[in-house]
Amino acid sequence: MPNLIQTPLLSVRDLRVYFPSDAGVARAVDGVSFDLNRGETLGLVGESGSGKSLTALALLRLVPPPGRIERESRITLEGRDLLSLSESEMRSVRGRRIAIILQDPMTSLNPVFRVGDQVAEGIRAHVQVSRREAKERAVELLREVGIPDPAGRAEAYPHQLSGGMRQRVMIAIALSAEPEILLADEPTTALDVTVQAQILEVLDRLCETRGMALLLITHDLGIVAGRADRVAVMYAGQIVEEAPTAELFARPLHPYTQGLFASIPRLTGPVGRLTPIGGTVPPATAWPSGCRFRPRCPKVFEKCVIEPPLLPAGPDHLTRCWLVEGGER
Amino acid sequence: MEWLAGVLRAAWRRPSGRIGAVLLLVVAAAAIVGPWLLPDPAAQPDVLGQAYLSPGLGHPFGTDQLSRDVLSRVVSGARISLVVAALAVLVSVTIGAAVGLTAGYLGGATDTILMRLVDAARAIPRLFILLLLLAVWERIPLPALILFLGTTGWFGTSRMVRGEVLRLKEEAFVSGAEALGAGRRRIMLRHLLPNTMGPLLVAATLDVGDVILLEAGLSFLGLGVQPPTPSWGGMILDSKSILVTAPWTSLFPGLAILLTVLAVNLFGDALTDAVDPRREGSPAPAGRP
Repeated sequence: MPNLIQTPLLSVRDLRVYFPSDAGVARAVDGVSFDLNRGETLGLVGESGSGKSLTALALLRLVPPPGRIERESRITLEGRDLLSLSESEMRSVRGRRIAIILQDPMTSLNPVFRVGDQVAEGIRAHVQVSRREAKERAVELLREVGIPDPAGRAEAYPHQLSGGMRQRVMIAIALSAEPEILLADEPTTALDVTVQAQILEVLDRLCETRGMALLLITHDLGIVAGRADRVAVMYAGQIVEEAPTAELFARPLHPYTQGLFASIPRLTGPVGRLTPIGGTVPPATAWPSGCRFRPRCPKVFEKCVIEPPLLPAGPDHLTRCWLVEGGER
Repeated sequence: MEWLAGVLRAAWRRPSGRIGAVLLLVVAAAAIVGPWLLPDPAAQPDVLGQAYLSPGLGHPFGTDQLSRDVLSRVVSGARISLVVAALAVLVSVTIGAAVGLTAGYLGGATDTILMRLVDAARAIPRLFILLLLLAVWERIPLPALILFLGTTGWFGTSRMVRGEVLRLKEEAFVSGAEALGAGRRRIMLRHLLPNTMGPLLVAATLDVGDVILLEAGLSFLGLGVQPPTPSWGGMILDSKSILVTAPWTSLFPGLAILLTVLAVNLFGDALTDAVDPRREGSPAPAGRP
């Protein structure tokens, strides 16, 4: 793991989230480990069903039932074990130290309250301030996330705002108690491309000015490019590759990561056909034995029947593929 | 509560809402102002000479066997009926909302236990439960009557609120509030309850009509509002024996019951449409300014 010298702000070790079901146990998150340092942006990339959203919910201990965080999992925030906290201690972590922005700004706001009040409520949930002061701070936050006429918009109800404006409000709510870590779960998926760029810009600026760590969860490699310091690629409940962003983009090693790149249209270089990754993510109740990407992998060979660990493949570069071992690429 | 204003405006736009509202306002105005202008409903000016007067100039609704003015008594009865019904519904809606919120949001064993209790209670007719409770009393005090009417009327409301909560708690804004560290009570009171206000308002309005009928029925059986306090049901009971000779003594309280319940139900119907965001002309959940 990188950063052995510095203690990470958030450290996740062997995180497992299992769902018992009639079809067997779904191992939706199956042994995920990563570190998040102060002020750092980590991109968590993967297809739907890879377990990336559940990883974020697990960090807040909000896995929907019947899902369970398994006993061997470790989540530590500045050395404090989050999984052993009581529910009320955990509540003071949520929002105050780790906040989350959910995917859908259309339904993530309470329809019957003015947005300014909803931001103020987030402040008052964690900080002892008067109603008036909370309202003033709410307007200030709305300004900070780039809402024009924040005092006027604070009086609006969610249905009176556009999707982009609502997502800005969501970000303001997430920021209301000044968390050290922001989890952004596909923060721009539901938005128009132009609005996407604006929202990402707001997130970048906020992380910069507040020194906030960001876990940016997305299926879109284009979003993490030039934004994340490091990228972890998830597949089938596991991290299959982790590297500094520039390194990953220059030298993707795992065939799955390579497949992700091959399925993105490029504006430069020779014009060629896009190559989608064949097949789909297998169900979480029946991950393939050995390497989980084996059935879809174009470079599969004999050793793939053995499950690979994360193998070092360069400075700060890890990949869960036997190919880096023997140089058979 | 600009939302409430929006809903009332939307209800007013419907003919049923307008008729219901006007009728209700007339009854309410009579109940508030009437007793000041009319003779004392309990006064028996001349039991021998002025009993059984048919409706005429001095007594628009006639007089009863004790020479009391029927109009005064109907108007005072309106006061009692409306107050009893409003307070009883306040009690039942509060309990129903609390139980429904708790069962729906907490789920699990709490939900199962609460809802089985509600099922059991709903298997017994409300009138029967009330008869059992009232039979113990010789003369039931009014506050106790209100309490009984209230505590036997919340079962349906709790089921309705629970259903709404089950739907609402899947909404992202609830998980969002949880993710920001909101506790259970905060989520129930700040996020779920306000979002069930529409259906709750409709249920409460329609309940008022039911309770007026129920109270009239109980009073007619002599188990509800006790004389000399005038009530519509009680007046019909009093005039049972003179139904043929002085029909006005029962006709007017009967009409009062009919009109009031009709008004409440018409208005309730209009409200049902008004709070349903899928219908045209309804205010959005939050109401537009």
